[in-house]
Amino acid sequence: MTALQHVRLGTYYVVNLPEPDDFDFWRERARALVQCDVPPDRIAWIEPGGSGDLFAHGERRMPVPPMDARPVRANRRFVSLAKNAILHSDPERFALLYRLLWRLQSNPRMMEDKADLDVRRVEELDKNVRRDSHKMHAFVRFRLVESEDEEEGEHYVAWFEPEHHILRANAGFFMRRFSNMRWSILTPRGSLHWDGETMAEGPPAERHDAPGGDPMEDLWRTYYASIFNPARLKIGAMLKEMPKKYWKNMPEASLIPDLIAGAQGREASMVEKGALEFEERPDTLAAIDKAIHACRKCPIGALDNTAVMGEGPQDAALMIVGEQPGDNEDMQGRPFVGPAGQLLDVHLEKAGIDRRAAYLTNAVKHFKYVQRGKRRLHQNPGAKEIDTCRWWIESERAIVQPKLVLAMGASAARGLLGKTVSISKVRGTPIPLEDGSELWVTAHPSYLLRLEGPAREEQARLFDADLAAVKARLAELAG
Amino acid sequence: MAQQTILQKLEILADAAKYDASCASSGTAKKNSLGGKGIGSTEGMGICHAYAPDGRCISLFKILLTNHCVFDCHYCVNRKSSNVARARFTPQEVVDLTLAFYRRNYIEGLFLSSGIVKNSNHTMEQIVEVARILREEHDFRGYIHLKTIPEADAEIVHQAGLYADRVSINVELPTDSGLTRLAPDKDARQIEGAMGKVKADLAEAKDAHKRFKHAPRFAPAGQSTQMIVGADAATDADIVGKASRLYDNFRLRRVYYSAFSPIPDASAVLPLKRPPLIREHRLYQSDWLMRFYGYKPAEVMQATEADGNLPLDIDPKLAWALKFREQFPVDVNRSTKEQLLRVPGLGVKAVGKILASRRHRALRLDDVALLTQSITKVRPFICTVDWRPVMLTDRADLRSLLAPKAEQLELFAA
Repeated sequence: MTALQHVRLGTYYVVNLPEPDDFDFWRERARALVQCDVPPDRIAWIEPGGSGDLFAHGERRMPVPPMDARPVRANRRFVSLAKNAILHSDPERFALLYRLLWRLQSNPRMMEDKADLDVRRVEELDKNVRRDSHKMHAFVRFRLVESEDEEEGEHYVAWFEPEHHILRANAGFFMRRFSNMRWSILTPRGSLHWDGETMAEGPPAERHDAPGGDPMEDLWRTYYASIFNPARLKIGAMLKEMPKKYWKNMPEASLIPDLIAGAQGREASMVEKGALEFEERPDTLAAIDKAIHACRKCPIGALDNTAVMGEGPQDAALMIVGEQPGDNEDMQGRPFVGPAGQLLDVHLEKAGIDRRAAYLTNAVKHFKYVQRGKRRLHQNPGAKEIDTCRWWIESERAIVQPKLVLAMGASAARGLLGKTVSISKVRGTPIPLEDGSELWVTAHPSYLLRLEGPAREEQARLFDADLAAVKARLAELAG
Repeated sequence: MAQQTILQKLEILADAAKYDASCASSGTAKKNSLGGKGIGSTEGMGICHAYAPDGRCISLFKILLTNHCVFDCHYCVNRKSSNVARARFTPQEVVDLTLAFYRRNYIEGLFLSSGIVKNSNHTMEQIVEVARILREEHDFRGYIHLKTIPEADAEIVHQAGLYADRVSINVELPTDSGLTRLAPDKDARQIEGAMGKVKADLAEAKDAHKRFKHAPRFAPAGQSTQMIVGADAATDADIVGKASRLYDNFRLRRVYYSAFSPIPDASAVLPLKRPPLIREHRLYQSDWLMRFYGYKPAEVMQATEADGNLPLDIDPKLAWALKFREQFPVDVNRSTKEQLLRVPGLGVKAVGKILASRRHRALRLDDVALLTQSITKVRPFICTVDWRPVMLTDRADLRSLLAPKAEQLELFAA
């Protein structure tokens, strides 16, 4: 009886596949069956371990294609999809692929029809397999096994549970990546062993065949926990790409529940420790005055002192900024009333600048000191304290809107610029500020107080020159 | 202070590195370790080896060499005036960790950045030294991304490109005034100058590689940059404009956005409120529209609202479609690819499938439903053989019909 007679008589063919992922075997059988015109519903494809009882009476001998059989047509798209789809764990995959191949003979461009159900299904299988392979590349975790045999060197072993029959197909990836390393990947479907030169396949393994840990995992977990930003919790996004089914074989995954639980708390503490929660910017000088008295954003505010508000006309063209209130200023609650303030007055008068027409204030609003017996010794404010207090000086500038700001000393300059500059380098030339006004920087009068003799004379001369330049510039700006 | 252990240093320096958004390991030259002495391969597709609960992928071992820094950038946790714990790795320590992690298949490679210690050149030399040990002494063929320092000498930056797959320089802030204010030690001209130099090096190496097979590769995965969103007053329109200029002028592979997030020991100059994370997401969507959907920067800017920002409740593509309703409905059986790409809810893949399938059948609404994620979103903007959206594009309440429900937004909200 010929093959074609079989088909006419309604013979039912049973194909037993030797391996679940053997594409070449399937292709050879499928080609012969198509050539013998065996319709898809007359074939049962049975993979190892699959049940074949229903087809006990099926024909297990393959039909022999006639000599003049037409070649079987399959385009590249089909072949590439089929090679992947055959790795899927769906037992129906062989039949689906055969049905597609069968239909392709009469409609060679069928694969383009993305709305066709068979095409959609094979694309879905392909996608699942590619994803499983990709996740295997990503989530395999090797553990180092110290070999007793010195010669053998280090051996890295991983336990992985793929969803589909992808192990053999992905051997190449791991070989190309870890070519100079001895490694094994154990799975419930089989195992791979690479010794640096040859690849060997082994039988299915169990979890306890693989090592239970690796000292390096502590470092890896530390990294995982530290690189995570608790301010941006997006659990859904994580689960989409790293579903829970993979977690049990990833050392870092055990941290996840605690990281999530701690995240809200960690963010809150980060904000509390870090970001300063200022309220809305005050829009009157009186509001600033009130607010700075309550300000405890930095440790200076917590000392036994009083905030000192700036003073002067609200529409002053000139704003003079010092470092911080001193002992006298703190007692009297007014800026520039101590020795340095008195010296400033002398020099202002000399330059012809009317102190009453200027707005005088400080970069830092509270007096920073250390107690020495009965005396309170002045301490320079730190960069962070000045930066914190910038909020207030900016608020004052927003209301007074001076055309020219004179910063006296490095602290004042930092309060305006946000960076530390060298007085000797920047004095004498205006620095444009964001709001269109300009900043002039000079020394602080208390610096002059600390000097003596010729050095003091020299600095006083420079200070006068700066004030004169400011006076001239003010006249220009007013004109 | 007692000597810090590797574990303590790792904790500090990984923590300090987390504000760099990029972790990409894709798009570089293919290489593997067959025939070599070491390990490592890159096969085109990036691999994310883990995901953190912040939803971000962990592909590269992202670490700072040190978080000591002489600069004082206000948005940065490592600025000079910050009180964070400091640590410093030696180049060899970073190399050892990278290799140990790589052998266990935790990572695709290394993303190395650093605070500025001593001076820019010294720091850049240290960064390059790590890459040199990995490549030359260990024949490491995995992915390396080096952050380059714009103030460093061009020669050292060039060295970095010879070892790295990708180099990047952060522009930090979308506007020059923002940079002056928040990163007083940095200079916009210098940053762009360094990017221009890298662009020239890339072009030269690419040309040489075409002519001589063994010409040295220079950063085959190109250069990228990062901008902080929400730390200054720049609007989305400013940011999109800046990004498109950067893409044009410097042939960047990617512009990354990083929503300014609360950092420990923050500077007082920073804004009161951090921007919602969804804003960063909307900017990435607009980036996608320009790179893959054929939108011009000016068109993305058309999608912004009166305040110059993209709407937060709907995506920029839908926002654009709602503003230009006369362009719809689009006939899925006849329209061009460009027109289909403008339909909200149709991605590049779905458009490809529609174009392929319509050669075989006249598409009905049910067919389109099979090819797209959500037919409800697409339906108001398309016609099929059996469907026309009657009056729907004229409805004033279309936006509210299509915008996701408010409760869903809460998931993303700060």
